[in-house]
Amino acid sequence: MPQPLERTNDFVIKFANVNGSGSASANTLFAKSILRMGVPVSPRNIFPSNIQGLPTWYEVRISEAGHLGARGGVDMMVAMNPQTWDKDVASIEPGGYLFYDSTKPMPPSKFRDDITVIGMPLTDICNRTYSDPRQRQLFKNIIYVGALSALLDIDLKEVEKLIGEQFKGKDKLIAPNIQALHMGRDYATKTFACPIGLKVRRADKVGDRIFIDGNAAAALGCVYGGATVAAWYPITPSSSLAEAFARYAARYRVDKATGKAKVAIIQAEDELSSIGMVIGAAWNGARAFTATSGPGISLMQEFIGLAYFAEIPAVIFDVQRGSPSTGMPTRTQQADILSCAYASHGDTKHVLLFPEDPREAFDFAADSFDLADRLQTPIFVLLDLDIGMNDRLCAPFAWDDARRMDRGKVMTYEELEAGKDFGRYLDVDGDGIPFRTYPGTHPTRGAFFTRGTSKDRYARYTEEGGAYADNMQRLLRKFETAKRIVPKPILRRASESTPIGVIYFGSTSPAMNEAMEALEARGVHMDTLRVRAFPFHDDVIDFVLQHEQVFVVEQNRDAQLRMLLVNEGGIDPARLISVLHYDGTPITARFIIRDIAERLESLNLAPRMKVVS
Amino acid sequence: MTYIAKPKLHHPQLPTNKLGFTRRDYEGAISTLCAGCGHDSISAAIIQACFQLDLPPHRIAKLSGIGCSSKTPTYFLGNSHGFNSVHGRMPSVLTGANLANRDLIYLGVSGDGDSASIGFGQFAHSIRRGVNMVYIVENNGVYGLTKGQFSATSDTGSKSKRGVVNTDSPIDLVLMALQLGATYVARSFSGDKTQLVPLIEGAIHHQGAAFIDCLSPCVAFNNHAGSTKSFDYVRAHNEAVNSLDVMPARAEITADYAPGTVEDVVQHDGSVLRLRKLATSYDPHNRIAAMNYLQERHAAGEIVTGLLYVDPEPKDLHAHLNTADTPFNQLGDGDLVPGSAALEKINAALR
Repeated sequence: MPQPLERTNDFVIKFANVNGSGSASANTLFAKSILRMGVPVSPRNIFPSNIQGLPTWYEVRISEAGHLGARGGVDMMVAMNPQTWDKDVASIEPGGYLFYDSTKPMPPSKFRDDITVIGMPLTDICNRTYSDPRQRQLFKNIIYVGALSALLDIDLKEVEKLIGEQFKGKDKLIAPNIQALHMGRDYATKTFACPIGLKVRRADKVGDRIFIDGNAAAALGCVYGGATVAAWYPITPSSSLAEAFARYAARYRVDKATGKAKVAIIQAEDELSSIGMVIGAAWNGARAFTATSGPGISLMQEFIGLAYFAEIPAVIFDVQRGSPSTGMPTRTQQADILSCAYASHGDTKHVLLFPEDPREAFDFAADSFDLADRLQTPIFVLLDLDIGMNDRLCAPFAWDDARRMDRGKVMTYEELEAGKDFGRYLDVDGDGIPFRTYPGTHPTRGAFFTRGTSKDRYARYTEEGGAYADNMQRLLRKFETAKRIVPKPILRRASESTPIGVIYFGSTSPAMNEAMEALEARGVHMDTLRVRAFPFHDDVIDFVLQHEQVFVVEQNRDAQLRMLLVNEGGIDPARLISVLHYDGTPITARFIIRDIAERLESLNLAPRMKVVS
Repeated sequence: MTYIAKPKLHHPQLPTNKLGFTRRDYEGAISTLCAGCGHDSISAAIIQACFQLDLPPHRIAKLSGIGCSSKTPTYFLGNSHGFNSVHGRMPSVLTGANLANRDLIYLGVSGDGDSASIGFGQFAHSIRRGVNMVYIVENNGVYGLTKGQFSATSDTGSKSKRGVVNTDSPIDLVLMALQLGATYVARSFSGDKTQLVPLIEGAIHHQGAAFIDCLSPCVAFNNHAGSTKSFDYVRAHNEAVNSLDVMPARAEITADYAPGTVEDVVQHDGSVLRLRKLATSYDPHNRIAAMNYLQERHAAGEIVTGLLYVDPEPKDLHAHLNTADTPFNQLGDGDLVPGSAALEKINAALR
């Protein structure tokens, strides 16, 4: 047997559960207790498109170094699901640990001899203590959290405190939960040599960071961005964004005096209807958004073209999932880049934002409403399941109270009354952005007809080629303006000058940070650029031109961002090398390091790599 | 085809309404529909209704989908904002617009292809939600703009201009609207302005989902013998259950009517629908009876018109959502943004 793993504040533990068994809250409790000890964690739910009975996993990476990306591999498996036993046991790293419910004896063939096996009769303990079947199930989860606290040396006080917070207001649930926790801990302390080789040690590496999922953060960003109309159709993994918005709105958008809501949330009959409502509301001067995933984007195509051509603001959150078609609804991908960038028939292109984590999801959500109003066009905020549905440690939210909504160019009653020339599609400032009016502004001036058919600068229907082309050219000027006002890319220079660059975006961030750190330590120097928006800022194109070879790291099969770079940046495709991860699991630093290292070798750039002894 | 503006000159003594507007102030561009199109009569009825109700034109928003009917908002209410959206999707755009500003009057104009085929779902769901709107379907039983294909409201057995007989069952949008909970339901005929204008007025006063199915023969593709949507056929089979007068407030009944033949319905905004009963047994407050009656008469080959159902105290979508009285598009940062102090508390709860 190999030496049992000895790791403090740097390991991966995975819980194999059955969905619907109430494990989620116990697992979150486990992860948060480690955070409270000042040690960064990044949990990930791996779940099926199902409500009850199928396997589900919760993976927690504990990393004092602060690596928040998925690592790959499992150091300790909490195997609570007989259905997935074989695969779960096989996935443990040599020298790793297996914790399981030993109530029913298992044949020796079901184990491995290169891991440490810790069996605890959880079902038996529960059956002896509780008579209610539901209690037996729920407290089993808490009991294993208690046992793990002993095995991993987690401060029990932190767990107790969290239980107190969780059941605040339902106080009578606190005592039985604490009792179950102690039952687990006491059994482990008495029975096993605690702690094992994997340990949590109090640190000070969390700071003022917060722990939240990207969908909730984006929803809160919508509240702060002034959204008043939300129309959506349930689809994984975006539903929790709309639901979080409803929760925040109930708290922050209900007038205390009248009890009336300063928000309307509509669960529409389909995605066509939800985007239609968003467009209608935004046309009429409200800030409106929808949240969806890839299939929803497909359904919205016609309306998106209307909003582009008639120039109506709209905010669309696309929480991307495994695709095409129904694909892998509960897995992650960055595969809607092209279908969003060029959504709808004809010559269209759209503004995309790529938040890296919940903090940026909050910021970009709030900003997207300003951008939509300023540019009078749909803005896509592209999250994915990995950041959308998992709690992630991130910088705390911040808000400048002096900030005001930028409603863009809206002509007022006073301006119309004073005789200011109003042409709905007239480029008065040279930035391609015309003025609009809200319906009902002035009795005799400023009314216009909004249409998806071609029109002249004064919104009059025309099929005259010159007027059509003039309008299409102005839309391009507007897209140029967008380049200047969307979030700029973030450059990180290597410690030594290098001809190699890496471009990445969105949820790839934590894996990339970790990979770069590791590669840098191995003497591989690469500049990185995190793209945060489309259309690409000039800096993105310059970055490519300043490097001989640029890796483009994406979580899709077809290198969609690379296609956009080639297409929109006029870049020689030979400069761009794809690093593609698209199996539905989040990209890992291990993957990036291996892929880039291999390619550097094949490019004959391997000598740049130094062996670190 | 180009945009044709109407000459602005008019007779100096054109009558004006209480706001000082003439009927001309409610007109739009010159219609480019076929001469004699029923839709133009509906546009004229909308213009007359808005003029007579003294509505400020800019406080009306007119929305439509795609098709001949959906082109008509260009031809009326030139001082109102208009939105010609995508095929079959007017209801969702209107719903969103209504949520953004509850103070405007929303006029949704659609056709039978737009509402009964491609947009059947959106029609149904906007009615279900009780959006405060006037939803008019200009129903001619064919796709005019693509030259005469059957639509989903074509009756079984109705013959197309090319001689093809429709074998599909028709969708009766009035029955659907009743079933889905519309709180003001009417059917009329573009050739009967006397009936249509007050029905539109009553619908505008109505503070909920008002639906009007207006038969509007297509002179180009569906006005021949064998069609059940031709002028001749509709005239011959039109069975009005009542006739309507709309008054801003209740007035004495001065005309001499037989007892039980006139009913005043006071709507939520105080307007009065004075109904003269033509079918004495017809009760426009009984949704289920109305549906039965319509189906019986349809089986007998009749086209039932008039105000078919009204709930004078409807609840609309804003009531369901308990939304603020101030239109959303007038709320500012102070109303909407919780600020940094609230955010600090949120941060604290996430650690």
